[in-house]
Amino acid sequence: MASPRRLQVNESASISVVRFKDQKIIDPVAIQELGQELFDLIEKDDRKKIVLNFDNVEFLSSAALGKLITFEKKAKRTGAQMILTNISPEIYQVFAITNLDKLFKIKDSEADALAVL
Amino acid sequence: MSATPPSDERSLQVALPSSLDAYHGFIQSIMEHLEELGWSGSNLFAIQMALEESISNAIRHGNKEDPSKQVVIECELSSVRFWIRVCDEGAGFDPKKVPDCCDPDRLEIPGGRGLALMQAFMSRMEYNDRGNCLTMEKSLSAASSGCSCD
Repeated sequence: MASPRRLQVNESASISVVRFKDQKIIDPVAIQELGQELFDLIEKDDRKKIVLNFDNVEFLSSAALGKLITFEKKAKRTGAQMILTNISPEIYQVFAITNLDKLFKIKDSEADALAVL
Repeated sequence: MSATPPSDERSLQVALPSSLDAYHGFIQSIMEHLEELGWSGSNLFAIQMALEESISNAIRHGNKEDPSKQVVIECELSSVRFWIRVCDEGAGFDPKKVPDCCDPDRLEIPGGRGLALMQAFMSRMEYNDRGNCLTMEKSLSAASSGCSCD
């Protein structure tokens, strides 16, 4: 994949560990770019196991949630597994309020995710 | 607004252009005011969410990013209360007709989560009859209204 602007991707064995460079995921252009970089992971790079590490993320908008939902759908279509980790209590509340904690597989830590992928 | 507001209360009114890249500076200034007034942590997060979702909705869905239209914001800030009214120049909408984003059958549909987030994070939230003005309040003395999706 081309050098990502919004994501830091570390490939480990068959697992892609993705971190977000933006602390606040709110800017529409940034969300669009971030979404495309995520989509490229499964559509161009054919990654099948992905960990999304939210350690650096302090805030995200509903528009960012929408992009994550689209990514989850694409991942499901391509047979890719995805786990979200290191989510702060405030952002976890955002997932819980919108019931997205039931859509996404969420683990406390990256190690927990790697252990089950 | 009260005729004799508490000494720490600040009021402001702004008119923002209908551009999705033109309001983050305003939100940042509100957050800085609130920090100076002693707000912190999850309460600041909640208010940032309400600001982000209400203003972006007004620009995107209300004014449809029409550069000839503005979003008018009135805001009152104190050490214990955040109050805001966000008005756009759109036709308005009926929030009761917005599909429940938390319906298990709709979880995979992107969008439509801003209302649920604002409702959960604010103490009070209501639209005017036309549906183009949103008033919200968060009081430190009142508990959050909680998750709207249960």
